[in-house]
Amino acid sequence: MFSDYSWAELGSIFAMQGFAGLSLFSVYLLMALGLAIIFGQMGVINMAHGEFMILGAYVTYLCSNMVQQYLPFLFGGYFFVAIVLAFIVTAALGALVEWLLIRHLYKRPLDTLLATWGLSLILQQLYRTIFGAREVGVDLPSWMLGSISANDMIDIPINGLVVMSITLLIALGVYLLMFRSGFGRQTRAVVQNRVMAGAVGINTEKVDRLTFSLGCGIAGIAGSAFTMVGSTGPTAGQLYIVDTFLVVVFGGAASLLGTVASAFTISQAQSTLEFFLSGSMAKVLTLVTVVVILMLRPQGLFASKVRR
Amino acid sequence: MKNRTNRLPDRRRRTLLSQLIGASFGITALLGSSLHAADVNTTGLAVTDDTVTVGILHSVTGTMAISETGSVQAEKLAIEQINAMGGVLGRKIVYEQEDGASDWPTFAEKAKKLLVNDKVAAVFGCWTSASRKAVLPVFEQYNGMLYYPTFYEGLEQSPNVIYTGQEATQQILSGIDWVAETKGAKSFFLLGSDYIWPRTSNKIARKHIEKLGLKVVGEEYYPLGHTQFNSVINKIKLKKPDVIYAIVVGGSNVAFYKQLKAAGIDMTKEKPLLLTISVTEDEILGIGGDNINGAYAAMKYFQSLDNENNKEFVAAFKEMWGDDIVIGDVTQAAYLGPWLWKAAVEKAGSFDIDKVRAASPGIELTSAPEGYVRIHENHHLWSKTRIGLAKPDGQYELMYETSELMEPDPFPKGYQ
Repeated sequence: MFSDYSWAELGSIFAMQGFAGLSLFSVYLLMALGLAIIFGQMGVINMAHGEFMILGAYVTYLCSNMVQQYLPFLFGGYFFVAIVLAFIVTAALGALVEWLLIRHLYKRPLDTLLATWGLSLILQQLYRTIFGAREVGVDLPSWMLGSISANDMIDIPINGLVVMSITLLIALGVYLLMFRSGFGRQTRAVVQNRVMAGAVGINTEKVDRLTFSLGCGIAGIAGSAFTMVGSTGPTAGQLYIVDTFLVVVFGGAASLLGTVASAFTISQAQSTLEFFLSGSMAKVLTLVTVVVILMLRPQGLFASKVRR
Repeated sequence: MKNRTNRLPDRRRRTLLSQLIGASFGITALLGSSLHAADVNTTGLAVTDDTVTVGILHSVTGTMAISETGSVQAEKLAIEQINAMGGVLGRKIVYEQEDGASDWPTFAEKAKKLLVNDKVAAVFGCWTSASRKAVLPVFEQYNGMLYYPTFYEGLEQSPNVIYTGQEATQQILSGIDWVAETKGAKSFFLLGSDYIWPRTSNKIARKHIEKLGLKVVGEEYYPLGHTQFNSVINKIKLKKPDVIYAIVVGGSNVAFYKQLKAAGIDMTKEKPLLLTISVTEDEILGIGGDNINGAYAAMKYFQSLDNENNKEFVAAFKEMWGDDIVIGDVTQAAYLGPWLWKAAVEKAGSFDIDKVRAASPGIELTSAPEGYVRIHENHHLWSKTRIGLAKPDGQYELMYETSELMEPDPFPKGYQ
């Protein structure tokens, strides 16, 4: 298929394709990080993860409308405020949901699946009632649109770069929080042995609530960032949920490093295959590969070495 | 909407009636309403002396609510306008609305409920082909009448369905002819979501492109709900087609156009230009006018059409549903449903499904927002096809319309 093209063209396309793979990687990682914390660390099967993401997107939408109406001169930078707001709002909703619903179900992890699925339906209908059934368009400042052209073939999308940097920052933040802070130590202690963690004086309920709301907050950030590349509608969260679980389960549920590795593997496989095959076939092959690997290695890529 | 539709045949019929009946009973039957319910309804439909019940069957919850909301609004507007004019055969239309909930078995169940329990005289509804296929056996078994508004892939013709949207060849052929003739397009990249409508449409498009002696340089399908199009955009850049022929639907649409723009493909330039048959004004709301500026769409109706019918329609629609609302192709087609049914009922002089069916072919509307339409023997509409250019404000600017009405051809020979 390449014989018709010059080397320069091929070089440019491979550079672009490499970038496409990296940008898919950052999308997968960003959407999976929140779930990796909630599902991986706490064992809650959060089917409403996509709806938390869309809440973040709607916060961004509201923020963009407000700024355009009242503070138009700040429009160029509103996106960063929106991301912070998205985090706060979704984290707050997460804390509320944990208090009302999830904390009663820690001993019945499979029931969390049903409960959060119900929650996702409720949230979808709520968005539909408040924002209407139609998708909304989020206006972005003009510097975020378009691309940087290196030559006439290579165009690097700016929104891809922004998503990448956000992912990098959040991943770094999560790493520091989980492995370099007192809170992270407590969370990991509770995950490893809830009773013992309680016995040494850790307030396990508080840790649970903070962890859950942190996971939701990160989902909100992801949703906010995805307004640049995707759609914002009541059911748009459903577009992400399957891929998100795929990444987390494939990586090994309890391992954050596994999530990174799995997001990388799946995104590279997907984007390379998409280039050489058709889109649907690429998806099928990726899924088949994941299923085969999970059959051989049910614990995922990186098994946590925790004795339960 | 003025009462221009079918005035003539209607009046003629009434005159005839009044002569016949007037001879024996005096001048009692000047108005259709003086006909007793039993005379205009011999099959036990929900028709009384003052009302007739119809069904509206769309998804107002679930994924498809995004698209189907506009259709529900249009149908309610048409019903309200018909009632304001005095109804159908002197009877006010009452509607029974059911929610298909974006779930195909639910559509079938609700269709059965409308036909069997509510005995509705007609149903306006469905949006996706999947939902239409699900209700089709129900309508055929219980002999109902469905007015289906969406442009779709064709390959179907039921005695119990009137298709008010365009079938695939009407939408596709003249669009491709137009880019080939006026834009000098030589090569096409076909792209679509992976289900029956885009695949069938692209099959027709490919046949037609090859018939014209032009080239298809790529054909790709992505699963519904796919959100990452960077790889295929790279492929498009490598193949350098003159035209990207895009039939992407739903949430994928938004992702596709945002990423296309971000990847530096500027559709306002001559090449590559983008021609779509799946993006109406409704979808642009979600995509954002800036992201799709410069794309061409081939369909039969745009909100910006400059004619008296359409101005009245848009004004009435906004008055009923709010000023920010936009009206897409399917919404307009849904609006035609109740009017076509009214015209057929009045031509038949009866609500009976069989008589309405027999009266339907040849029914014409001069008051349609898209202009003149007529029902073909095959239950589809003769209609014009138009090309619009997407503007940053989310509206299409009319670039071209076919001079003749396009004949609906749901089973195109040589395209299968």
